[in-house]
Amino acid sequence: MGNEEAVFFSRVLTETTLSFHIIYATIGVGVPLMIMIAQWVGIKKNDDHYILLARRWARGFIITVAVGVVTGTAIGLQLSLLWPNFMELAGNVIALPLFMETFAFFFEAIFLGIYLYTWDRFENQKKHFLLLIPVAIGASFSAVFITIVNAFMNAPRGFDIVNGEFVNVNPLLAMFNPAMPTKVAHVVATSYMTAAFVLAAIAAFRLLKGSNHEYHKKALYLTMKVGLVFAIASAIIGDFSGKYLAEYQPEKLAAAEWHLETSENAPLIMYGVLKDGEVKYAIKIPYALSFLAHGSFTQEVAGLDQFPEDEVPPLYIHYLFDIMVSIGIWMTLLSGVFWLGVQRGWKMVSTKWFRWLIVLGGPLSIVAIEAGWWLAEVGRQPWILRGIMRTQDAATTSGHVDSMLILFCLLYLVLGVGSVVVLRRMFRNNPVEREIEDRDTEKGGDVL
Amino acid sequence: MTLEILGISVLWTFLFGYILIGAIDFGAGFFNAYSTLTGRQHILTNIIQRYLSPVWEVTNVFLVFFFVGIIGFFPKTAFYYGTTLLIPVSIGIILLAIRGSYYAFETYGARGHKGYSFMYGLAGILIPASLSIVLTISEGGFIDLVNGNPVLDYWKLFTSPLTWAIVVLSIAATLYISAVFLTWYANKARDTEATNMIRKYALIWALPTIITAGGIIVELRNHNPEHYSNIQNFWPMFLISFLMFIGTLWLIWKRRNYGLAFLLLVGQFAFAFFGYGASHYPYLLYPYLTIYDSFTNPAMAISLIVVFIMGLGLLIPSLYLLMRLFLFDKDYVRGKGDYHA
Repeated sequence: MGNEEAVFFSRVLTETTLSFHIIYATIGVGVPLMIMIAQWVGIKKNDDHYILLARRWARGFIITVAVGVVTGTAIGLQLSLLWPNFMELAGNVIALPLFMETFAFFFEAIFLGIYLYTWDRFENQKKHFLLLIPVAIGASFSAVFITIVNAFMNAPRGFDIVNGEFVNVNPLLAMFNPAMPTKVAHVVATSYMTAAFVLAAIAAFRLLKGSNHEYHKKALYLTMKVGLVFAIASAIIGDFSGKYLAEYQPEKLAAAEWHLETSENAPLIMYGVLKDGEVKYAIKIPYALSFLAHGSFTQEVAGLDQFPEDEVPPLYIHYLFDIMVSIGIWMTLLSGVFWLGVQRGWKMVSTKWFRWLIVLGGPLSIVAIEAGWWLAEVGRQPWILRGIMRTQDAATTSGHVDSMLILFCLLYLVLGVGSVVVLRRMFRNNPVEREIEDRDTEKGGDVL
Repeated sequence: MTLEILGISVLWTFLFGYILIGAIDFGAGFFNAYSTLTGRQHILTNIIQRYLSPVWEVTNVFLVFFFVGIIGFFPKTAFYYGTTLLIPVSIGIILLAIRGSYYAFETYGARGHKGYSFMYGLAGILIPASLSIVLTISEGGFIDLVNGNPVLDYWKLFTSPLTWAIVVLSIAATLYISAVFLTWYANKARDTEATNMIRKYALIWALPTIITAGGIIVELRNHNPEHYSNIQNFWPMFLISFLMFIGTLWLIWKRRNYGLAFLLLVGQFAFAFFGYGASHYPYLLYPYLTIYDSFTNPAMAISLIVVFIMGLGLLIPSLYLLMRLFLFDKDYVRGKGDYHA
């Protein structure tokens, strides 16, 4: 196998692993926060439904966490297996947050074990709640540290290069690179948002499938409310990301927005097709790109004409941007209308078709996460370390990447199917209505 | 002590931690699957599940810590080991993934599912075998440099007796460590039937463990004379290790003080593991890579160590809490009260 093939298959394998892992990782970052909120509300309101909600979410969470952990281990090792040259170079500068992530992971793993096995073990429920805080912190900080590494790949700094070697390394400067604030905030906020909408989809689905139990309504309202908050937060952070890109990675912005020629008063192009170097059938929002890039409706935005052709990412990332942003806006509107509707007592929000829209919102949010990560990764091409190392120079020289790709695809198939089957079986065999009844009888027994 | 030695000592200690708790974990999964197959799972499953359940994820983190740490402290290892280990480590990852996820599927989703138990039991026992290949390769002689790129010679690797001796040792030691620990744990849970059964496993796997361990040292004489002669310098460590092995075996045989037996076992493996590690010094990979020429820059090294110390500050109290609640809590060990989510 020639090196070109090794590069190609290394990219495909990394893309496959990340695309699969990110589903479980996003849920893994977001769901602990949701469990925490539910348990807290339950303790505050003394409402057993919320406590049960937290408990059932925790049960499902273990399954997704298991797949998240093992696929996370896979990508951690694959970085060295598939991109040895990159890791050798980057290890000198950006190993610190990777190392920190293992501690966050450790912390989360230990307290998750404790949390899961101490339900009802303490007299005071707040003590049990406290055990969840390190889980949520550990999960979120894992995301923070890993995203810092990714931010570094986009905006490397904290070193000088002399004769191909890194000198004057400053690990902290490398961590707090320009891409870091917006990237970290965006990843964390969208994880919370996605987890909330996935859980909302499940609640809406239960309501549609014949159970009109109060439990599901509470779950739906809580998750949609949290989802709305983080959807708005994600949009605001997205705006800052645009400004970061304009300053530090203008070629990525220009490619994502199909901004072909440098101009003032730049419009934002959504959808459309590119024919013979011209954008057709697109929706143009006047002045919006100038605003996204610089916060002023008139300022000049650098177009693709400013950059050498071999340093521009593939232009299909425009569609990834469109998908991500459209879903983000759609989910903000949907959850906003739902929230208003519940406040004002609109009938519409409890109709069947509206609930189906919420169900659809779960998978859509995941699609948005995927599109976002593809945009981030493909948008950085041809670089693995922007301006310093090209992806093609980073890959392994091993000739067996293609067969490993097949093996890993099979693995992800087994894990994906397995986790879905187990989750369905878990909740089908123990429906919430029965569990609530059981708990009520148990309590009754105590009184008598 | 130089930064290089400090770095490798920390990593080696964590690798030891992984080998120890990983062995308990993988061995337990295998015994569970085996007893399911022979229709005796009612004896073992409770004990094994009660120990494994809260800690399985922690085991995996030790491994992650090791490989992230080694890239951090010794970034050149990414180039040599990353390029050559694609196949063995990929297989290791796949086994780890099957093992970890199917363990969770069985425990939390489909308690008692035979297919799942069998799958993770089998995957678990193959993990040490696939990961131990890394130690074999580190002895040198299997990697050639072709146009400046390291290439692994699979034929040579799989026809070498050293490879197979290490593979057998890794499996035997896994089962032995696990059996000794579980004997103690089952005894603590006052489960006589389980104790007797696992005690027998401990006695069975003791012999293959010590024979292959000795065999590897002999095998090294041919394969890597330099390392072999270094090992001679550390003979007291290996002697202590062997005496501790005898101690464990004697206590188990006499059905006495299983707690001490397990401690001696930890000592046995610690002395052997650190003796082996020290005699391997300064090489990370014979003859290409030493801890000195692969070390990272001082700024990174110091920040890693600072983070490590701060991390330990978080980790040690948390691990203590975990052990207090599940390993040293009599009521939990004896299965009184089910507090699972």
